Amino acid sequence: MMARAALSLSSIPGGDDITRVELANGIVVLVRENPNSLSVTLRGYLPAGSLFDPDDKLGLADFVADALMRGTAKRQFQAIYDSLESIGASFGFSAGTHTAGFGGKSLAEDLPLLLDILNEGLRAPLFPTDQVEKLRAQLLTGLALRTQDTRDMASLYFDQLVYRQHPYARAEDGYPETIGAITIDDLRGFHRKTYGPRGMLVAVVGGINAFTAVEQVRAALEDWTNPDQPALPELPDWEALPARAYKRHDIPGKSQSDLIVGTAGPPRLSPDFMAASLGNNILGRFGLMGRVGDSVREKAGLAYYAYSSLAGGSGPGAWEVAAGVNPANEQKAIDLIFQELQRFTDDLVSEEELNDSKSNYIGSMPLSLESNGGVADALMNIERYQLGLDFYRQYPSLVQAVTREEIRAAAAKHLPVNKLAVSVAGPPRAEA
Amino acid sequence: MDVLKTTLSNGLNVLLKEIHTTPIISHWLWVRVGSRDEPTGLTGASHWVEHMQFKGTPLFPAGRLDKDISRDGGFWNAMTYIDWTAYFSTMPADKIDLPMRLEADRLVHSNFDPQEVAAERTVIISERQGNENNPMFLLDQDVQSAAFEKHPYKHEVIGDMADLQSMSREDLYNHYKRFYIPNNAVLAMAGDFDSQLMLDSVRQLYEAIPAGPAPARVAAEEPAPQEERRVVTRGPGETIFVKAAYRSVRATHPDFSALTVADSLLAGPSNLNMFSGGISNKTSRLYRHLVDRDLAVAVSGGLQATIDPFLYDITIVVHPERKADEGIAALDEEIARLQDKAPKAEELARAVKQAQALFAYGSESITNQAFWLGFAEIFDRYAWFETYLARLAAVTPQDVQRVAQTYLRAERRVLGVYQPDGRPAGDDA
Repeated sequence: MMARAALSLSSIPGGDDITRVELANGIVVLVRENPNSLSVTLRGYLPAGSLFDPDDKLGLADFVADALMRGTAKRQFQAIYDSLESIGASFGFSAGTHTAGFGGKSLAEDLPLLLDILNEGLRAPLFPTDQVEKLRAQLLTGLALRTQDTRDMASLYFDQLVYRQHPYARAEDGYPETIGAITIDDLRGFHRKTYGPRGMLVAVVGGINAFTAVEQVRAALEDWTNPDQPALPELPDWEALPARAYKRHDIPGKSQSDLIVGTAGPPRLSPDFMAASLGNNILGRFGLMGRVGDSVREKAGLAYYAYSSLAGGSGPGAWEVAAGVNPANEQKAIDLIFQELQRFTDDLVSEEELNDSKSNYIGSMPLSLESNGGVADALMNIERYQLGLDFYRQYPSLVQAVTREEIRAAAAKHLPVNKLAVSVAGPPRAEA
Repeated sequence: MDVLKTTLSNGLNVLLKEIHTTPIISHWLWVRVGSRDEPTGLTGASHWVEHMQFKGTPLFPAGRLDKDISRDGGFWNAMTYIDWTAYFSTMPADKIDLPMRLEADRLVHSNFDPQEVAAERTVIISERQGNENNPMFLLDQDVQSAAFEKHPYKHEVIGDMADLQSMSREDLYNHYKRFYIPNNAVLAMAGDFDSQLMLDSVRQLYEAIPAGPAPARVAAEEPAPQEERRVVTRGPGETIFVKAAYRSVRATHPDFSALTVADSLLAGPSNLNMFSGGISNKTSRLYRHLVDRDLAVAVSGGLQATIDPFLYDITIVVHPERKADEGIAALDEEIARLQDKAPKAEELARAVKQAQALFAYGSESITNQAFWLGFAEIFDRYAWFETYLARLAAVTPQDVQRVAQTYLRAERRVLGVYQPDGRPAGDDA
């Protein structure tokens, strides 16, 4: 209809516009300026995730991260949030399996405040008793709601079926009895032992000057040390399921069942990850949720949602298909999903499907990098997996290189249909 | 940047805003139809029609559309609300032609194939059943139903289950034909284009579509509430939720700004961005009075910009060791405090600063900017948005006290409690 600027790689972050600095204590700082932006996004992580949780204190890493802003040597809980909320800023900590993460945003001139809050939370949390107990009540309420959530419960049991003895079987947010068992000494001990600068990343993106931002991070954090900071525990190998596994969990009074079919997928750095990722797009994402969406939702009308996902990540995160269905249609939906998985692992995807997914991946990249947050996430990916600063500029050629045969090989290797787990949570059958 | 605003000869409102920071264009088509246009028996029709808009036209058959958009690297979706239905696509700038042609086509040429209608019935029932799994949906449904006698706002957007089971293909098609006309729609685009050239393209695609008769509206004048109503929703779980829903004002009402500030002081700033996160509310009055004092584990407020007076609601997640009445008593104390004493000017200045920051965050997303263009046009004019911060800044402490006295009175509210029956969950396999 009219000529418009074609996409150019200049808007994609790369080695010439990402500033990467390693501080003396090991903290890596990545900064990208966005002169069009009035605000700044600060994100990052350090290796203090739930892999460090003792079995009887599951949820400890999560509890610690949540408690870091409940009072520090410099400010009480209300003063911390008053300083943030007064200027329309946000900031928070959370914990995952491998890392504890942090993130927030503010108007660009308020970056020093975000760094102050980060610094205080990391280095001087007090874990005051009254605040810890408030937080405990909130965590326990979250767990009570989880027991009533069909999606959450299907996912919890799916992880147990797939990962068994592997640490990924454990719930990062714990259980009521483990959250109840955590003491203030546990919180302090976990923080003292695992929090430190080694393996930490700070990403800053927005309407700031890169040099100034690096110096601000340096001033806040370069003198932090923790000589006893341990390396992340080694992940044991994951062993494939010997056969298909099934679990159904009843939650009385519910209207819909949620189900998950799948198993462990390739880690982000596995050589076949890109093939698996493009394959997953064909299986359960492209268009209105790929082949699975087409079969379960569009053709059979069985579900409001049906899609697949591939976690990637540092370890063998899940590769799974999920759907929400009327309880009477559970088995029908599971059968359709297995049909699609069988086809996906046996047959080559079509040339057209592969080309479609490739152009989807390449074309959608600028959209995912539109916001400061999107760029910050990209910077974290680059560092976490050592992808190289030009990764997003090379991305189109990496995508183009994947073949149909590689996708089938990745599917057959990671999604053996006779060794998958099926987890369902929904109303008891008599109620449905 | 200036916005090009015009109305085509067939009545289609067009708003175009050039933003050249990144090679992206976001395209929104808004139709003035939502659950407020649904009589009893046809509740959920607007949302179901929205689903059918993805089921193809003769020119763009079902199943092809999603693939075409995905192939070009874009994302698209649609949403139905009480006042409107909106369809959006955000694309690389050089790929915007496809969604433009598609939206113009499906405004009037959707198939409504009977088999597709039948398949979508089970999908929508499944969507509703998914909602029913959530205690807050069950509570909302009861509160909304008790809050209105005549106005269709009493129904959930997704519709009543009985209507979802009984509505026919003809019901849906008639609803579509009545409301999907250019003089009942708003086209809003933001992104990397030349406005005059883009307007030419819009004219080529839309101007030939004939206007239709202005659709009759079923939305009735709702009588003023006379007394507090209380509802109790029972269901599974362990957690008690409280929802206090006060009859609010329409978005164009002069008191809307003061009510926005009152909400910000009570429950933290509402976020007007659909594509950008908000901020925490831990220093808000209700958080401090309820959560800091262990009566609740969370509290939030919600004020919506709507065509007719809807609801300002406050939701409390009650502390596991407390009762609903304790949370309600504390809520009433805080509301009485705002009614009895005007807030300090510093508190208002803070609320304005928060709103400014949220605006800055929201303006970074082209999709969000295009959303603002059309959204405000539905209940007022885009100028509503352009003057929003100035109107908030003009609110005085006495205004806030007055609107608290006027609108946050018990007789204007429905008080809903989700009372869990405590049935334990268990395993059978």
